[in-house]
Amino acid sequence: MNKKEPLSERMKLSWREMPFAGIMFEPGSSVEYKTGDWRIEKKPQIDGEKCIRCFICWIFCPDVSIKRVPKPYKKHTESVEVDYYHCKGCGICAAECPVNAIEMIEESKDVP
Amino acid sequence: MSRKKVESSIEGIIPYSGEGSTITIEGGAVCTQLGCAYTGDEAVAYAAKQSNVDVIAAYPITPQTIIVERFSEYVADGEVSTKYLPVESEHSAMSACVGASIGGARVFTSTASQGLALMHEVLYLASGLRCPIVMAVVNRALSAPINIHGDHSDMMGSRDCGWIQLYAENAQEAYDLTIQAFKIAEDKNVQLPITVNLDGFFISHSTESMKSLADEDINKFLPSRTPIYKLDHDSPISIGGMALPEYYYEFKRQQEEAINSAKPVVKNVGDEFGEMTGRKYGFFEAYEMNDADIAIISLGSTSGSVRSVAKKLRAKGEKVGAIKLWMYRPFPTEELFSIIKNLKVLAVMDRAISFGAPYGALCSDISSILQNRDSEVKVLNMIYGLGGRDIPTTTIQQVFEESLHTAKTGEVKQRIKFLDVRE
Amino acid sequence: MVVLKNLSTEELYAPGHRLCAGCGPSISIRMALKAARGPIAVVNATGCIEVSTTIFPYTAWRIPWVHALFENQAAVASGLEAAYQSLEEQGKRKGKVDVIAVGGDGGTFDIGIQAISGMLERGHDIVYLCYDNEAYMNTGIQRSGATPRGAATTTSPAGKIIPGKRGMKKDFTGICAAHGISYAATATIGFFSDYIEKMKKAIEVDGPAVIHVLAPCPLGWRSNPTDTIKLAKLAVQTGLFPLYEVNDGIYKMSMKPGKLLPIEEYFKLQGRFRHLMKPELKDELEEIKKDTEKHYKKILRLAGEKVT
Repeated sequence: MNKKEPLSERMKLSWREMPFAGIMFEPGSSVEYKTGDWRIEKKPQIDGEKCIRCFICWIFCPDVSIKRVPKPYKKHTESVEVDYYHCKGCGICAAECPVNAIEMIEESKDVP
Repeated sequence: MSRKKVESSIEGIIPYSGEGSTITIEGGAVCTQLGCAYTGDEAVAYAAKQSNVDVIAAYPITPQTIIVERFSEYVADGEVSTKYLPVESEHSAMSACVGASIGGARVFTSTASQGLALMHEVLYLASGLRCPIVMAVVNRALSAPINIHGDHSDMMGSRDCGWIQLYAENAQEAYDLTIQAFKIAEDKNVQLPITVNLDGFFISHSTESMKSLADEDINKFLPSRTPIYKLDHDSPISIGGMALPEYYYEFKRQQEEAINSAKPVVKNVGDEFGEMTGRKYGFFEAYEMNDADIAIISLGSTSGSVRSVAKKLRAKGEKVGAIKLWMYRPFPTEELFSIIKNLKVLAVMDRAISFGAPYGALCSDISSILQNRDSEVKVLNMIYGLGGRDIPTTTIQQVFEESLHTAKTGEVKQRIKFLDVRE
Repeated sequence: MVVLKNLSTEELYAPGHRLCAGCGPSISIRMALKAARGPIAVVNATGCIEVSTTIFPYTAWRIPWVHALFENQAAVASGLEAAYQSLEEQGKRKGKVDVIAVGGDGGTFDIGIQAISGMLERGHDIVYLCYDNEAYMNTGIQRSGATPRGAATTTSPAGKIIPGKRGMKKDFTGICAAHGISYAATATIGFFSDYIEKMKKAIEVDGPAVIHVLAPCPLGWRSNPTDTIKLAKLAVQTGLFPLYEVNDGIYKMSMKPGKLLPIEEYFKLQGRFRHLMKPELKDELEEIKKDTEKHYKKILRLAGEKVT
């Protein structure tokens, strides 16, 4: 577990040290924020064998939480994985998968 | 640009002394200045031209129109490398200026009255994002009723927006202050937008003889802008995000520090400009304040009339003084206090009404700096000149006389006096 | 034709933002950025996307990004583009940056339309992207000029007397095309290939271009977050949101016009139209169907298609 203080706490600095003009100088700093905690009932599970690597789930995810990873499988050079740290459980990936390779399963207590 | 020969017999104006006169300054510095005749608007447009502005986005409004028209001529004739955006409203004008400024450009614009009021929310954006934009505000009354003539209600209505605010007395000062404004705004300890105010019609449309500087001297005085931050492909930053209550207050405190840091910069730039041209600037110009019992403080073109009346009274032996305030924001609290604290009476001239308030804007600020201090100055507030109503020297004479009366008797007849209104 | 595996895996838009689960606009932004041909700078109006992706100190953007105010993104983008040009011409900077002005339907159709009109008229090389979730969603689902007729919003509720929003959806794409720009198009996140291709075209245009993308909002539309893409497709398939391009004033349909699906297929999945399924509002529903058909046929005619 990451025991470091969250960015929002670390940025509670004196006015002298706050970033100039309220600018956020670090690109993509939102990755630190765990939106995966928003899931309440279900999370997506991808069946790597059924998956045809069409990447439709990848393009439709509003939370950039389906990642294309360089893991070869049969004739495919890539695979897809869920980023559970950020996935909000909307279920679009499961609904749009053309081969029903994604199932929304019960959220279990030991999510990383 | 036509240069007309004008015989100047107006008191207080530097007389025209021929083409290309060279002035020798103390210490051996030499700066070539050209005698010329410009209206306030023309002078400001020329100053912006010489200041190597990268982007101008502006919308015409009387009495600022000559500034944008003159600048459009420069652009059409290829005399400047400025990108000129003829935007569709003042709100978009200031918005485009903010966009250009965060892209790293040196930006200039100009407006008046309703235009300033329309861009009001964007003024706060510009100061919050610390964009060193220079804006010439040609002060004009606010509707309703509609009035196109000069008073300070427009800038006073936006005085809390976080911009540095300077006021010019005449075309020469409008020209000089515009050039200095870029240097002040872009200073690394300041990084704030700045307005140069000039009275509508009184300054903007009156031709005066004045001196203009050579391009080379301005280039030396004003190097090109080095932005503290910019938005570009090599700078993937996020500007203007949402600051929740845990953070917003610190950013505003930072901004307050910045505007106060402008004080020494205004002074240093004013000194440097003085060394170059023989015309020194600073927070205010004090006329005969060393031993004055009474004085008048004012902003803008009226200061010239005040000074000429003060001169006449001094010649008669009256111990009067006059203060012309150049820098209104940040307010030169300590410096002003030190020269007014020993007065018996200070008459404060406000060219705008602050409806329902105990005093006009300038007088509110002056009486605030006297709070909780060791001073017994009596303050008289004079509201005058609204909607371009002229203020003749006879009226100013009356103000001095009333101040003298208060100095002798201690009696303050009225909290606020409205000068020259038909009762 | 966009082949997904050939799209860059570089994510210019990061996870961890606070947009709702199943947010259509979020998908629209991500897809738009996949159309980038080089460096991009985004000028974003106040709205769902802006507020939820940049809550200090967290930003979801990995590209230069600025938020100014609600109605001036087109003007700020104009200034930014002018600055880049001016500085480039003077040798003070180098490198082309594609400036994209982004606004929701609120900041585009209504409060922002003046600045957009000015920007289009001046001919800046800027892409204007409007993500349309059909109401002022960020402030709590109030109606906008883009809200379709009959939709229930908080300021056009389905009440006893007035059944939802009155008046049609503003023809924003038509307004932009009327400025004589060389490219304007409608798109939807449901058909990503069409959308990303159009975005690419818009970026490539040397001058202003406008993309109006339909992006369903599960919260505001009272729909299931899982249905977001399905709804984006149904809006087109029922004729409510025709897909077309306007190339130099010439309309062209993006999908071969065929038999349209009944509007009920689309309405029944959304709570904001639920009241229209009631028998007492049968007439209102009929009116909406007629209006939809009228508008769809108008677009077909403009595109030179046969109208039965």
